Amino acid sequence: MVSGVNGARLEVRGVSHAFALEKRSLPVLQDIDFTAEPGEFVALLGPSGCGKSTLLRLVAGLEPPTEGQLLVDGAEITGTHPSRTIMFQDPTLFPWRTVRGNAQLGPEARGTLAADGPRIEEALRLVGLAGFASAYPHQLSGGMAQRASLARSLVNEPKILMLDEPLGKLDSLTRLAMQRELVALWERERFTALLVTHDVEEALLLADRVLVLSDRPARIRADIRVETPRPRRRDDAGLVALREEILALLGLAEAA
Amino acid sequence: MSATTLGAGLLAPARPAAFWPSGWVAGLAWIGAAAAISLLPDADDLGRTQELATLAAGFGGLVLLAALGSTLSGLAPRLARLREAGPWLIVLAAALLAWELATAKYELLPRPFFAAPQSLLEVFTDDYARLGESVWRSLLLVVPGYALGAVIGFLFGVAMGWSRIVGYWAHPVVRLIGPLPATAWLPIAFFAFASSRGASTFLIALASFFPVTVLTWSGVSAVSKAYYDVARTMGASPWFLVRKVAVPAAMPSVFVGLFMGLGASFSVLVVAEMMGVKAGLGWYMQWAQGWAAYANMYAALLVMAGMCSGAVTLLFRLRDRLLSWQKGLVRW
Ligand SMILES: Nc1ncnc2c1ncn2[C@@H]1O[C@H](COP(=O)(O)OP(=O)(O)OP(=O)(O)O)[C@@H](O)[C@H]1O
Ligand SMILES: [Mg+2]
Repeated sequence: MVSGVNGARLEVRGVSHAFALEKRSLPVLQDIDFTAEPGEFVALLGPSGCGKSTLLRLVAGLEPPTEGQLLVDGAEITGTHPSRTIMFQDPTLFPWRTVRGNAQLGPEARGTLAADGPRIEEALRLVGLAGFASAYPHQLSGGMAQRASLARSLVNEPKILMLDEPLGKLDSLTRLAMQRELVALWERERFTALLVTHDVEEALLLADRVLVLSDRPARIRADIRVETPRPRRRDDAGLVALREEILALLGLAEAA
Repeated sequence: MSATTLGAGLLAPARPAAFWPSGWVAGLAWIGAAAAISLLPDADDLGRTQELATLAAGFGGLVLLAALGSTLSGLAPRLARLREAGPWLIVLAAALLAWELATAKYELLPRPFFAAPQSLLEVFTDDYARLGESVWRSLLLVVPGYALGAVIGFLFGVAMGWSRIVGYWAHPVVRLIGPLPATAWLPIAFFAFASSRGASTFLIALASFFPVTVLTWSGVSAVSKAYYDVARTMGASPWFLVRKVAVPAAMPSVFVGLFMGLGASFSVLVVAEMMGVKAGLGWYMQWAQGWAAYANMYAALLVMAGMCSGAVTLLFRLRDRLLSWQKGLVRW
């Protein structure tokens, strides 16, 4: 069932990052060090504002880190590349483009629109927006906008796909369906996935590995492997135990 | 402006095939006005009185026909737009009658400054060639000038918004020179350009250049960084970022600039035609005033209003088409 792995190896080497504010500098990431193997599904869990989105921006090459190195298949990241796409936390759809227009942004920017036509339609179908291809963003619900944004990322056939709380605005039913779709998609394409989420259960259902981050500046507090084979059930005993462990790490242990 | 503040009965949404009371009243009002124009004697010897009456009566007849038509279900949907104009049609008939009585019939207003309606009609029937020529000459001046200023302003504004270097050098200049009314350059322009036509085109271009530049520039500068980030992660080149991100995102602001520039261009056009160019509607008005031919002046004013309004309508149509992705566009 496992097809060839398409993902890239991501090495994050001693990365620290700080934002220069007016008077002082705000440290956001501190000594982040991990390696994601090709095709691995890594979830990033951490409190709000700790620096998860910032880490994704560094991997995407939108900003250089203040300290440390990021490597993709051994080569240092110096800028953006379509093989590393983010599905941003805000859908940031272009309001002047239809859903299809937004989805084809990547191929259009690279001049591969003609060849990628079927891929665009497939991505729209996958996220359940085939019927809304010619709708404008202001006509979409919040969840539909997020799905359109997901389609826009998928079209690029990324080697590393970063998902910044991709399912945050979805209702719980659509969320379950989309989680299943995401896993199916990842099993088929085997890109390396970096998933930022607030939802411990979601991280455990989807990922091979969960990195638990501390408060800002974010450090890696725990690197937890999830060995449970897929398809996973949320009431699996192993997952429930891991969930307790992670909640305890985040300081949210349920009073037992 | 809101429809609900006016008589709800008159402005109720048009239902197909229904009695149109304001239509019947309007038709009768126009025929009544026509009768007064035709039957009451003119205080002075005026031409075209009977023609004016005929026109008013004919118009009233058409309105009555429409009122009759809207009771037939087949025609009703096509007349829906007209039905909304009912109250306006009544007021216009009353205004025409009042104007006619105050000028032609009883001369309550000083002549010749207040021209009678039939005198305006006379201008259109007798002097249409010269009027038409003036419109044409005005258009020949304003269209190239406006287009030139708008295109250069747009390109300049994009460059200012996009490039830090261009912005750095252009910003102080635009800030200092831009707010100067284009008409202030009039003496210099007529001196610097060999032909008055060249000078006027330059001034009109200048008038549209400034608002288009400033609003394009501010539109491009205000584009959210997040849009660029999205495009960059997908392999967009800088040229793509300008063409497919910065420009479309700035378009709503660009159209505000185009709209303001249009007004400024028209105002410069009229001044230029009055001051130096011996043709066009501005010149026609100046010339008519010189001969105390006030009816001609008003007629030209009316034509000019139609021309400017038509231009704005065209611009808004274009905007509605290009910016259909925006919600809640103002209707012109
Ligand atoms: N461009 C920036 N300039 C200055 N500070 C920034 C910038 N971007 C982010 N920050 C700061 O960095 C910190 C981390 O931000 P980040 O968006 O990475 O958090 P996050 O972990 O994704 O949070 P959330 O889960 O709420 O999305 C925040 O305190 C934020 O204020
Ligand atoms: Mg975030």
